[in-house]
Amino acid sequence: MLKNRIIPCLDVKNGRVVKGINFVDLKDAGDPVEQAKIYSDGGADEICFLDITASNENRDTIYDVVEKTSKKCFVPLTVGGGVRSVEDINKLLSCGADKVSINTAAVENPKVVIDSSKKFGSQCIVVAIDAKKNGDKWEVFTHGGRNNSSIDALEYAKQMEENGAGEILVTSMDRDGTQVGYDIDLMTKISSKVNIPVIASGGVGNLDHLVDGIKLGKASAVLAASIFHYGKYSVKEAKDYLDSKGIPVRI
Amino acid sequence: MNVSIVDYKSGNISSVINSFKEVAEDKVNIEVTSDLNKIKLSDKVVLPGQGSFKSCIDALNKINGLKETLNEFAMTNKKPLFGICVGLQMFADIGYEESETQGLGWISGKVSKIDNQNGKFKLPHIGWNQINIVKESKIFKDINDKSHMYFVHSYEFIPEDKNVISATTDYSSNIVCSVEKENIFGTQFHPEKSDKIGLKIINNFLNL
Repeated sequence: MLKNRIIPCLDVKNGRVVKGINFVDLKDAGDPVEQAKIYSDGGADEICFLDITASNENRDTIYDVVEKTSKKCFVPLTVGGGVRSVEDINKLLSCGADKVSINTAAVENPKVVIDSSKKFGSQCIVVAIDAKKNGDKWEVFTHGGRNNSSIDALEYAKQMEENGAGEILVTSMDRDGTQVGYDIDLMTKISSKVNIPVIASGGVGNLDHLVDGIKLGKASAVLAASIFHYGKYSVKEAKDYLDSKGIPVRI
Repeated sequence: MNVSIVDYKSGNISSVINSFKEVAEDKVNIEVTSDLNKIKLSDKVVLPGQGSFKSCIDALNKINGLKETLNEFAMTNKKPLFGICVGLQMFADIGYEESETQGLGWISGKVSKIDNQNGKFKLPHIGWNQINIVKESKIFKDINDKSHMYFVHSYEFIPEDKNVISATTDYSSNIVCSVEKENIFGTQFHPEKSDKIGLKIINNFLNL
């Protein structure tokens, strides 16, 4: 039986791990390579690096981080943030990333998703959607949540599947950093809309939120950041808890 | 011992390289190459594969003489070869991804899309799934039945001779996820991404 995945996410800035509360107020929480190794040794099903300020800063540090991590961690490594072109994707994959998540570039230039999934395979192309509720729909935001594209998130997710995305990573902008749980309504709607796996993100504050993301939100995988890297919970505790709630996990 | 990882410019093979180097330490020389002579002189060959069946076969065909060299290595000289993911799928006679494409024909069978049962099963099949070991395989030494391995694929290899199947996994149906035919080994899952247990499979291959 296919297991639901737990993916700790490390926000990386200038080669160091940080985690924002609603994308601001950053704290330094250490070396990404060491943290990733702790996670993979602890049973993380995947590791995600998000280069948070990459869109407007020199991002060569992330290549170095990815290269070092991929030599120490033998679970899948997803890297996102500031990925603009097929060449950026190529560079990250060559450094040892297994998947690349594309956010702003997928909105501005859908050809990036079409071309990269053809070139490298859908399995390594994750489209990341930052969605914010507006009335009874959700809109896609770009540039780390700064710009509203006004695109409907559900339609967009479907379009990205058609363009060749292998997975959709959905972050609720309303919930990110709040620790009140995933936007279950959003996750459920996107999961039912697409036939590719959905990764839920944004808002996890306790282990019940992970359960809800999978059971109610129908997500294939759950991504969380701060609950893991400030030591609130270990990955193992999270997995044991999911297991106790009848959710299939790799233990 | 010299082991060649075939670099035929298809997809991302850095994880395969990293994992084999991690396991090999300094006991085994790992070469990443498309040089026909180096491949011929290797003791073992690893054939990775990412992307589509067609794109991998096309990439193999682009390197003059590579297919023939691999054929001689595996089929004539019967030296150990390990195919991973699409590397395994290419053993088949034919694949149906993108368009009908002829495979290497080393193990009779076809590669078709996994039946998603009208959307009930999401594709790609991504994540950790358990393997059901159905016959002893040299690469499964000290690997427990029901071990978790990491999968990413939408197509499955259906061999004609079921005796080659060494493990299956449950997703929509019983998917073939490992084969062994004499000197030829292949896994649909990614041992290079399957944590310590995956590295053990790589170690088993290197120790053959």
